Amino acid sequence: MTAPLLDVRNLSRDFDVSRPWLNRKLEGLEKVYLKAVQDVSFSVNRGETFALVGESGSGKSTIARLIVGLLTPSAGEIFFDGQSLAQGLSGAEARRLRRRFQMIFQDPLASLNPRWRVTDIIAEPLRVFEGGMPAPARRQRVGELLTLVGMAPEDGVKFPHQFSGGQRQRIAIARALAANPDFIVCDEPTSALDVSVQAQILNLMKKLQQEFGLTYVFISHNLQVVRHMANQIGVLYLGRLVEVGTPARLFEAPRHPYTRMLLDAVPDIEMTGRRRKKVEGEIPSPLSPPSGCPFHPRCPLANDRGRREMPLLLDGVACHAVEEGRTRP
Amino acid sequence: MSTLDISPAKPLPPPRPPSRLRRILDSDIFWSWTQSPVAVGATVVALTLILVALFAPLIAPYDPFNPATLTLMDGFTPPASKSAFSDNWFLMGADHQARDVLSTIMYGSRVSLFVGVMATLFAIVLGMGLGLAAGYSGGMVDAVIMRIADIQLSFPAILIALLIFGVAKGILPANQQESLAIWVLILAIGLANWAQFARTVRGATMVEREKDYVAAARIMGVHPVLILFRHILPNVLGPVLVIGTIGLALAIIEEATLSFLGVGVPPTQPSLGTLIRIGQQFMFSGEWWILFFPAVTLVLLALSVNLLGDWLRDALNPKLR
Repeated sequence: MTAPLLDVRNLSRDFDVSRPWLNRKLEGLEKVYLKAVQDVSFSVNRGETFALVGESGSGKSTIARLIVGLLTPSAGEIFFDGQSLAQGLSGAEARRLRRRFQMIFQDPLASLNPRWRVTDIIAEPLRVFEGGMPAPARRQRVGELLTLVGMAPEDGVKFPHQFSGGQRQRIAIARALAANPDFIVCDEPTSALDVSVQAQILNLMKKLQQEFGLTYVFISHNLQVVRHMANQIGVLYLGRLVEVGTPARLFEAPRHPYTRMLLDAVPDIEMTGRRRKKVEGEIPSPLSPPSGCPFHPRCPLANDRGRREMPLLLDGVACHAVEEGRTRP
Repeated sequence: MSTLDISPAKPLPPPRPPSRLRRILDSDIFWSWTQSPVAVGATVVALTLILVALFAPLIAPYDPFNPATLTLMDGFTPPASKSAFSDNWFLMGADHQARDVLSTIMYGSRVSLFVGVMATLFAIVLGMGLGLAAGYSGGMVDAVIMRIADIQLSFPAILIALLIFGVAKGILPANQQESLAIWVLILAIGLANWAQFARTVRGATMVEREKDYVAAARIMGVHPVLILFRHILPNVLGPVLVIGTIGLALAIIEEATLSFLGVGVPPTQPSLGTLIRIGQQFMFSGEWWILFFPAVTLVLLALSVNLLGDWLRDALNPKLR
């Protein structure tokens, strides 16, 4: 087996959310840190898709921004093709790696500069990474990219606001592909789209993955979307990975009680009319995380050990109950 | 495997964008302009005044600054009448030195407009540069720039302009003061007005900085200066255009005030303010036209530019569309 393309080891990121210095001194407050991501490790093989799922506030987007270097990790390391990305986006080494990865954002309207024509938006990576490319060749290439994502080259003269949500996301995908990357971080690429368009975008992304051997880290809060895209799924809870597995394993035999809770909530045509377990409780505030296992206030299997001790990710699941062989409360 | 091999078979390069004039005529802004009689009226007045000022040497009936063409006996000729001593006819009368008031206004608005436009441009460049830097970098840079702006905004702009003018007078050698006076005036008015541009641009920059298109450019490794000027700048220009237009009217009035106070342009290149200062000496002796016509021109100029600014602000505000 070859080395993974992306290897994330013990990644953590804290945000300083303290009051300003003067207020702290006057009011006698301590510094406050928000632990957005804690001790997350996973690896992604070349040409595969690793999906991260979780509720809002579970740290999904923070991980995406850490991987592409928009944020620097507080602890832990990220290796891309064997090279460390810990220095963020600075440094000569990172600059060479940069053209190999790209990101697709949740809101395609916000990720496209509203004052730029589509041609200029898609050509931007070409201008950055292939400065020597003559203008006609660049226009030709933009036309090819637009065709590749299912649009017409004539659309290049328009502005982003003249397109629908799905078309905008296609433009964002074309821009991501412009510099021939081999790795793309997709931060909820379909959440802002309506259902019928979601499917088109997902199919397009799958097609492009097969065609160009792309590797994706795919972030979503939608389990059904992830099921069709991913080779591996990581379930995040309060900045920690609680379960990692293939879609088949995760959907057929979920082990962590949180994963089970999420799966129970997925609407399914076969479940029509049947009573369904509700998702209980809310994700706790990451400012004051619960002691021990972060899930214990909502966990049906929680015991005293869970209230004291943090479970470790063993064999793809971080749960005391699974370790101890208890599956019923 | 990991490269994009696209057959160059059928796709065509995108066509060229439509022409600039076509885009302007098709735009919402142009349509909104045609729908507002005030805006159309203000544009006509402002354009007329600007064109008259631009072509003053070609269309002015007299050259008021060439003493050889002046007949001193024509002094104080009332408006729309022929001098009792020569064949000269004066539409707006003549002043105490027998200069044609209409011609002095034409030349005077030239100076007023030049100082106003240059001072506003200077204030925009300075304020926008500092505002972009403050908004994008945040932290110490932001705090220092914005505190300076706060301090400056707590003084009236005219006071700051007076101060800068006084300092410049002390520094410059006496024989150059007259020739450099206009540039000192531009510097003084520009420095007195940069703070509001900096504030506006900083606020807009802080909003744009957090948007994903900036993140996308940062991931590609685009240099921060390029991100600022190519990505963020076009998105913060709207409000700058609005306060820039209103600022132009303010700058013209500030210039007139300074010249009225006698610290502005030298008497050899009178602006509208200088003309008003001269005219008010004759107000009570009955020669009202020397004051009246320059003052009306100044009001018309400032009012039309200001109304244009008001209209632009409403036209660019999506909530009022």
